[in-house]
Amino acid sequence: MSGAAKEMHAQSMSELAAGLDRGDFTSVELTKSLLKRIAALDEKLNAFITVTGDAALEAAARADKARAAGDVGTLNGLPIVHKDIFCTRGVKTSCGSKMLDNFISPYDATVVERLADAGAVVLGKSNMDEFAMGSSNETSYFGPVRNPWDLARSPGGSSGGSAAAVAARLAPAATGTDTGGSIRQPAALTGTVGIKPTYGRVSRYGMIAFASSLDQAGVITRTAEDAARLLGVMAGFDERDSTSIDRPVPDYLGALSESIKGLRVGIVRQHFDAGLEEACGGRVKDAIAVLESLGATTVEVDLPNLDLSVPTYYVVAPAECSSNLSRFDGVRFGHRAENAEDLLDLYCRSRGEGFGDEVKRRIMTGTYVLSAGYYDAYYLKAQQVRQLIADDFEQAFADVDVIAGPTTPAPAFRLGDKVDDPITMYLNDIYTIGANLAGLPAMSIPCGFVDELPVGLHLVGAHFAEATLLRTSHQYQKATDWHTACPGDFR
Amino acid sequence: MRSSWETVIGLEIHSQLATRSKIFSGASTAYGAEPNTQACLVDLGYPGVLPVLNEEVVHMATMFGLAINATVARRSVFARKNYFYPDLPKGYQISQFELPIVEHGELFITDAEGREKRIGITRAHLEEDAGKSIHEGLDQYSGIDLNRAGTPLLEIVSEPDLSSAKEAVAYMRRIHTLVRYLGISDGNMQEGSFRCDANVSVRPLGQETLGTRTEIKNLNSFRFVEKAINFEIERQIEHLEDGGEVVQETRLYDSEKNETRPMRSKEEANDYRYFPDPDLLPVEISVEYIESVRQQLPELPAAKQHRFVDEYGLRPDDADLLTGSRALADFFETAAAATQAKAQLVANWVIGDLLGALNRDGLDIGDSKVSAIDLAGLLTRIHDNTISGKIAKQVFEAMWDGAGTADAVIEAKGLQQITDSSAIEAVVDDVITANPGQVAEYKAGKSKLIGFFVGQVMQATKGQANPAQVNRILRDKLGG
Amino acid sequence: MSLSKDQVHHIAMLARLKLNKDEYADSVEKLSRIVDFVDQLSRADTVGVVPMAHPLDTAQRLRPDVVFETDERDRFQENAAAVSGGLYLVPKVIE
Repeated sequence: MSGAAKEMHAQSMSELAAGLDRGDFTSVELTKSLLKRIAALDEKLNAFITVTGDAALEAAARADKARAAGDVGTLNGLPIVHKDIFCTRGVKTSCGSKMLDNFISPYDATVVERLADAGAVVLGKSNMDEFAMGSSNETSYFGPVRNPWDLARSPGGSSGGSAAAVAARLAPAATGTDTGGSIRQPAALTGTVGIKPTYGRVSRYGMIAFASSLDQAGVITRTAEDAARLLGVMAGFDERDSTSIDRPVPDYLGALSESIKGLRVGIVRQHFDAGLEEACGGRVKDAIAVLESLGATTVEVDLPNLDLSVPTYYVVAPAECSSNLSRFDGVRFGHRAENAEDLLDLYCRSRGEGFGDEVKRRIMTGTYVLSAGYYDAYYLKAQQVRQLIADDFEQAFADVDVIAGPTTPAPAFRLGDKVDDPITMYLNDIYTIGANLAGLPAMSIPCGFVDELPVGLHLVGAHFAEATLLRTSHQYQKATDWHTACPGDFR
Repeated sequence: MRSSWETVIGLEIHSQLATRSKIFSGASTAYGAEPNTQACLVDLGYPGVLPVLNEEVVHMATMFGLAINATVARRSVFARKNYFYPDLPKGYQISQFELPIVEHGELFITDAEGREKRIGITRAHLEEDAGKSIHEGLDQYSGIDLNRAGTPLLEIVSEPDLSSAKEAVAYMRRIHTLVRYLGISDGNMQEGSFRCDANVSVRPLGQETLGTRTEIKNLNSFRFVEKAINFEIERQIEHLEDGGEVVQETRLYDSEKNETRPMRSKEEANDYRYFPDPDLLPVEISVEYIESVRQQLPELPAAKQHRFVDEYGLRPDDADLLTGSRALADFFETAAAATQAKAQLVANWVIGDLLGALNRDGLDIGDSKVSAIDLAGLLTRIHDNTISGKIAKQVFEAMWDGAGTADAVIEAKGLQQITDSSAIEAVVDDVITANPGQVAEYKAGKSKLIGFFVGQVMQATKGQANPAQVNRILRDKLGG
Repeated sequence: MSLSKDQVHHIAMLARLKLNKDEYADSVEKLSRIVDFVDQLSRADTVGVVPMAHPLDTAQRLRPDVVFETDERDRFQENAAAVSGGLYLVPKVIE
């Protein structure tokens, strides 16, 4: 593959890094060309809430200068996009909500800080489901994002803007967050790579919380190699996050080249039940066959409580969110209702006006399951089932290195199709939620198409087995070219 | 209180812990700063920020648990208490609910009959304090200052073992003394560092079940605790005797009117929706840690009081008073060690003249104008008969006013006691000669007049004659 | 199990959310469906299962008692709609 022959936007981050190293182009040139592309194409997608052009060009100029001085960070001069859930100092951080439409963060999230320190150039902030609550990007106050493969369809959510931007070649990589599948599902529906690391691997500091025990930051890229490159920078202990793990970060890039000969791949019987669209199942099975051809062996594993993962999630996540979102009261930041009659009116109207329907619904669900008389039947019960689900995974990982299956039950759905039916929408996350409940690392990689829509292969690993997931994906991508496919309108 | 009723009281004491930084953030806990200048992003509940636990609060809670003979939990859990209030920026308070750090403790007080009474301490848990609302001078607004938000609190919950306002105050004082001994709280009640909520109920004597209780919030002086509880007891009894029922509610004490009234803002039934805080992990404390804290515990007030009685032979009341604070007890012990004078004499001086002078000048023991060593020097001069106790008071006042050590004052003012027998005899002779009438009465049997003669001699010597010697010589000369 | 209008009203009040009339009707219907959906949990056998509060099986890390924050009030208050003399303003609170 010759990097110089491709246009800049078509190159992966690793190719761009090589191009910068060779002096094929400067970071300023690269940044300008992507900004130009965003300006030209994003009106079709609505992937961005904020484009930080001036700041990006300044950062690119600094990166070029540093490069000239021989001081090169891991990501020096490479453009990225941040999901608008990450606090970025001096820049609007909306979390996709009217509530924070006026919010300028006074500080940087740890993820933002680490990527900036490594030299990354931030092009802007990507659109998302409001407060990351949604699987279609339709709950965003800033309007839905459109899927570059079919503009009438959803790119998935909640990191839909990040996924669409990467799929449409507006940026080589973007950050995302994943509470129940919010990185992996949009990655699958847009034909990109998405990884959600082990809970605690990446700091949550500065990431606006949805459900604290489930939220984890990750990335969306076009290749596993790029994901490895970014994750290596983002991961690691942060003293500002009590739930961040103090454990060395492996050399993810270095581990990619190892073969997967002897890798034990778990196949979950329940994954291929009636819920899965047959054609999708076919693509996934093909992908597993490729892994076998690369020397992996398959083992059937059982996750008996899998079907309870969605209801468990829809108790635990709303419960935590109902509490996490109580801080939005119109007093210190965020939307404040005008002419409040009294304190109660200020609270109820600021929140009633500032939050959208789905967010309100989840806050109320969470309030209900935690309230007196219902706590045991719902919240406590869900925590017990969560333990059963985690135990299922632990047992499975005694026999296998990764679990492979579909990321979603079907390819991208049409915008508006599920917006009125919360349960159908929630069931879209059936394959991804388990990893969040158990805190496991998981990723989605493109593995083919159904009716010209991308399909994702979902890989789940044991705790801290990110390197195994990245290596498996990289080896798969060396053997296939699904990840190089580009939506027609965005070549 | 009326004799046919029995009162049941439990206290929830909130003691601020004397850390430098807040329980979950690196902001300062110093009192009195400009509004919101010590409220960082974590204290303000900004989107995305996270709490990290201050190790010192765990240390302090462990000390407290050991000091009240409680179980220090090997594993305790922070939970969120959810409610909306302007001084609570996150919309929840991080507290401990199901698994507190300290459980099953006890403390002893002296009851009305002078007996030791055990007061059970159900639990003590860590939590963050709220901010402050300011209502004055802002027209239709209240102003919110979040400097105090996130200050660590230890909430100490007693069993309903207290049966009068006096006992409640005695218990609260014991806790107050204890936290200051341990150095875990400054106990400053004016600044709100030490305050309590009182749960009060009454029931007919002999009734097993508890009456309906009310909770009086935010009492911040011992006097208010006593008055508020007494008011509330009377109110409840009156109400019940009039055939009414006590409503379970939260009340506020109005110190100006000396009454309690229902709190308006808490009218709505609370449903706090406690659940484990997912931003924090369980706090685990090892046995080794607990043991190391135990090794470092200072001598506790009760033990010190007993020791003062045993070792120094002090009256129990005096020992109790002297052990009221570590600084006062240390002052006494330093003085007692530096003089041959009897310990009880030292105690009398510390409790009487020294505390009197401190009170008069509004000073703490730490700011005493006479040091423990200098006080010992003074008492040594009483002990070796250089001066009388009466002269000593004069010397003490001079020392307090900065005139130097006892010896320097005695020297400068020539206050040495006259112990030369011949000098005293000469004065006695003069007195006898000058008062023939009294001498005759004395000899006729009015022996009480000896006091008159002593007084005359002391007056003539400006109090410097040794009283014992004067007595002896007078009796010799006047005849038995 | 269906939620009643009163229940939804109570929940919205606890959560401090003002809903308009349409939102109410919609909430009653959708919340009831969600509650029905999560009611599936009742069929799981969880006797003796310790509730899992967190995916991490580790203990809370402790931070040294050091003050490291400085006064940044003015910057932080730029996001507030109403401040006066350094105080955040809310409609008058009666205790």
